[in-house]
Amino acid sequence: MDFSTFLIQLLNSFQYGLLLFLVASGLTLIFGIMGIINLAHGSFYMMGAYMAFSLTALSGNLLVAIIVGVALSVLIGFLLEWALFSRLYKRDHLDQVLLTYGLILIFEELRSLLVGDDVHGVPIPELLSASIQLSETLSYPVYRLFMSAVCILLAIVMYWLIRHTRLGMMIRAGSSNREMVQALGINIDLIYRIVFGLGVTLAAFAGMLAAPVSSVYPGMGNQVLIICFVVVVIGGVGSVWGALVAALLIGLADTFGKVIAPDYAGLAVYVLMAAVLLWRPEGIFRRI
Amino acid sequence: MPLARKKTRNYLPLVLLMLALFPIFGSSYYNELIGKIMIMTIFAMSLDLLVGFTGLVSFGHAAFFGVAAYSVVLLSPKYDPGNLLLVLPGAVFTGAAVAFVVGLFVLRTKGIYFIMVTLAFAQMIYFVFHDTPLGGGSDGAFLNVKPELRIGEKVLLDLNEPMQFYYVVLVLLVVAYVFLRVLLRSPLGHALAGIRSNEHRMLSLGFPVFLYKLAGFVTAGGIAGLAGFLSACQYGFVTPEILSWHQSGNVLLMVILGGMGTLNGAAIGAFAFVVLQEVFSALTKHWQLLMGVVIVTVVMVLPGGLSSLPARLKGLLIGGGNRNG
Repeated sequence: MDFSTFLIQLLNSFQYGLLLFLVASGLTLIFGIMGIINLAHGSFYMMGAYMAFSLTALSGNLLVAIIVGVALSVLIGFLLEWALFSRLYKRDHLDQVLLTYGLILIFEELRSLLVGDDVHGVPIPELLSASIQLSETLSYPVYRLFMSAVCILLAIVMYWLIRHTRLGMMIRAGSSNREMVQALGINIDLIYRIVFGLGVTLAAFAGMLAAPVSSVYPGMGNQVLIICFVVVVIGGVGSVWGALVAALLIGLADTFGKVIAPDYAGLAVYVLMAAVLLWRPEGIFRRI
Repeated sequence: MPLARKKTRNYLPLVLLMLALFPIFGSSYYNELIGKIMIMTIFAMSLDLLVGFTGLVSFGHAAFFGVAAYSVVLLSPKYDPGNLLLVLPGAVFTGAAVAFVVGLFVLRTKGIYFIMVTLAFAQMIYFVFHDTPLGGGSDGAFLNVKPELRIGEKVLLDLNEPMQFYYVVLVLLVVAYVFLRVLLRSPLGHALAGIRSNEHRMLSLGFPVFLYKLAGFVTAGGIAGLAGFLSACQYGFVTPEILSWHQSGNVLLMVILGGMGTLNGAAIGAFAFVVLQEVFSALTKHWQLLMGVVIVTVVMVLPGGLSSLPARLKGLLIGGGNRNG
């Protein structure tokens, strides 16, 4: 492997890892703070990608599609939390698994009814469609760099939100003691609704961002969901920073796995997970 | 801890009699459907041992079912019938052995981690069969000739015969049921119940909790392997889809639909699920939408599963308080 190939793979793994982080951070936040295991999280990613596809086809502009899509995702997140999830906080994890499993089936079929089962592509916006020449034959698309930059920006915003704002303080307090926070006069139900909406929106946004590079296809959500579970298990449930480290590790394992042993690349991330489980059954990092 | 036994009428002999007599009246379509329900009952009972009786919510149980089904194909000669005496124990052993290895990893985790890790390991096994030529890749593989029970040269049972297959399934269902009943009353069963209600107390009482859980996990894997064996024999082919997480989700659904922690509930759940699937898929191509709506409705309004329905209705009609909700 020469240097420019290596560089390209490194950038790819970085970009993939950051994208995973966007989806997994929502998953880990929803669990860490609300105690909800959400199998339908991958469906939000899929929903985002399909929104990017349909809205771009309608408006002709990915940016417009993303803005409208994000607004819709927030709305969907609030609605779902209000109608279903808010009634499950006191229930067993089993009920949550079952409910969200049912939701996956519903979302997949709705997708099939509304958009069909074909594989679609979303054009890369013209402004970002250039490539950077690395050597005579190899180049790297600007859009992928743009994706990484957006993900890093969002990670920083999330850090700031959780660590340095009043809302973040309430979120952190709510994750450690719901009753006490409530007793102090904070509207914990509203906090939960915001966290859930945030998680849904992050996943959907990741889907929108990824739509131009990975095609839009049925089942894309489930694939991402399971990898995100691996991210959360490696990083530690409820730990956003653990999710970041784990997502980057998985990006590396997956990308270089594909280069080194293409036939068994699907297994690389699971081997990584098994190793971490032996070393630290509760993940590399714990808590927020 | 002796479980409190309610006085209920025992319908079991009646159900068995009906199952035994069914093929006399049923058409081949219904025989196959009832066969499928019985196989899924075995599968659901094995998961119930973990979910309902030990408190381990596994979302990867299809892995053991699936590897066992694949082992049937791999252990059978290509164009000749395999011997039941080899293939059946082989499938059960495969399910149990894979459960043992997976259990060593996943049982180190608890609660929500356990759900995610079992799902991830099952997915890993799915990829092994999906991506490598071991089991025919994503196309799956055919079991050209189904196994037969041979002693020496004499063929006693031939699973290619639908009628014989039906009764083999029925007998194995009874065997699995009795085995689990005995196991649940044994010291192991009581220890598992103890782990379910308070793992820390069991630990401090000096029980090797990990080993007990592993024993439960391996047993459940073996019985799931039995169901996988029967499933492979019923359809005559295996695809990676039988290892997929939809399969794990569906069997978990059966356990919960029927009401977990009762073996009879697993049967009710398997029956309800297979019949719903059959009815919905006859109605529309998008039958999973209807299934999803049913699942969400059950979770939201019927937390105890279908078997809590009579008590709830009674509570509503007579006006007594509902203690299950």
